[in-house]
Amino acid sequence: MLAHEFVRNAYLAGTAIALACGVVGWFVLLRAQLFAGDALSHVAFVGAVAAAAAGVDIRIGLFALTIGLAAVMAGLGRRGGADDAVIGMVFAWILGIGVLLLAVLSTSSGGGNAAIASTTLFGGIYELSASTAELAAAIALLVALGVAAMFRPLLLSTLDPELALVRGIPVGALGAGFLILVAVVTAESTQAVGALLLLGLLAAPAGAAHKLTTSPYRGVALSAVLAVLAMWGGLALSYAVPSLPASSAIIGLAAAGYVSASAVPTALRRAASAPRA
Amino acid sequence: MIAERNDESLSGSSAGSHVDPATHQEPAVALSAATITRAGQQVLADVELTVSHGEFVAVLGPNGAGKSTLMLTILGLLPLAAGQASVLGTEPVAARPRVGYLPQRRAFDESTRVRGVDVVSLGLDGARWGLPVPISPAARARRRDVRRRVRETIELVGASEYAQRPIGELSGGEQQRLLIAQALVRDPELLILDEPLDSLDLPNQAEIAALLDRICTGRGVAVLLVAHDVNPLIGYLDRVIYLAHGRALEGPVEEVITSEKLSDLYGAPVEVLRTTQGRLVVVGTPDAPHHHGPRHGHP
Repeated sequence: MLAHEFVRNAYLAGTAIALACGVVGWFVLLRAQLFAGDALSHVAFVGAVAAAAAGVDIRIGLFALTIGLAAVMAGLGRRGGADDAVIGMVFAWILGIGVLLLAVLSTSSGGGNAAIASTTLFGGIYELSASTAELAAAIALLVALGVAAMFRPLLLSTLDPELALVRGIPVGALGAGFLILVAVVTAESTQAVGALLLLGLLAAPAGAAHKLTTSPYRGVALSAVLAVLAMWGGLALSYAVPSLPASSAIIGLAAAGYVSASAVPTALRRAASAPRA
Repeated sequence: MIAERNDESLSGSSAGSHVDPATHQEPAVALSAATITRAGQQVLADVELTVSHGEFVAVLGPNGAGKSTLMLTILGLLPLAAGQASVLGTEPVAARPRVGYLPQRRAFDESTRVRGVDVVSLGLDGARWGLPVPISPAARARRRDVRRRVRETIELVGASEYAQRPIGELSGGEQQRLLIAQALVRDPELLILDEPLDSLDLPNQAEIAALLDRICTGRGVAVLLVAHDVNPLIGYLDRVIYLAHGRALEGPVEEVITSEKLSDLYGAPVEVLRTTQGRLVVVGTPDAPHHHGPRHGHP
């Protein structure tokens, strides 16, 4: 199947995007920022629609709007976080603009808007061109490197912001920087698995990793590996079963991984406690 | 009587525990005529405080008296409005790398799935950028050194048994021991703890107080501890500094916590009672926020 160019493109972009989602997702869960990730993914959808309405590359809309809003949320929230009221308000407001733009699009253009809406909502990883896939892979790898660079200061400011400040870590700027990385991952993954489903790729592998290991380094690595496995498996499944959309298969596998991981510790605990009791 | 009880318990702990003064010319903390303002309002005025190396000093006082604020000043996070502050013989900001700090806190969330040992480790390298990838021999040696120091510190605080478990699943006392290890792992010369006994049950309060006393005596670390109850610490303390109404009173426990001294500090009749077990009870403190007192809350 790798003989087809569109398959190679999907694997290239998909692997890097899954890797970034896994790495970022581990911290998103630890920082309890999944709601921020959810809001950003919806904003990504609106960004794509807005770009289409303006007649520019949808990636410009995706990145501009997600990064811009991550910065706004970081600025409004405390210490580079964002509180839920702010996120909820931004979330709904932006979606409202998205609905408006869709209405504008459907009256002005012929019918391409429906395709754009569907691709950004549900993903189109098998439709990526070689250059799009290469750029996506490069950006995702940069995000993963960014998280690696800020690993320990980010961990300390998540667990103990007061101490992090005393140790000279710019807690607020770091939190804002991380939220921007989440935005970049979101914009990038929207092209692959879609705005509605990318939350699963952010949350499920990371959730499984948090259940399976309590070491931060192993946790992040495991989260990335699980996300990449879900991506590869999902792409293969979708290729084998043409009626199965790739994003459904990817998210389905990621969710299955989470459910299995939830079962493992319970089973282990039972096995460990039973003989001794 | 409390004084006698103190003398007894002191014999095994902080009495004679002082580090040889010749090795430390400068006191660990020296504040003179220190005035602290926050958000334009005066919190404390004319504070005199000297903490020597290896001394165990408690910072006492009612809520909002400026205890945490005083700690922020010593950490160099809040400049003095007037007076002098010196920490470990230098400016507070410059001394900060040599100071261990345990912020006032709530417990870790139950869902925090990070091991205690990782939390302790962050005390040592939490501010370092990048990953500790052991590619060069120097990096490998550094990583071994980090692991050894983390292990030794965890042993010192008696947390080895549960340091590998997720910190969110541990009890308040267990978490507090690991956080003390986190503050200690840098080998600080001064340890500042903001209400570390808060929200612990009485046996745990006693154990943590004894642990801090061992750190003080064994390692010659000066310990400055914010507390709102002096009782778990009686017997270990070299001195207390009592804050109220914008002023501070410093001295040995039995000299400061008296009806006369506290009445004078509060400007209102306050009575200090001693129970038969030697516990101190302060009654009659005007605890409502004072009309001119801008001292509310903590950072």
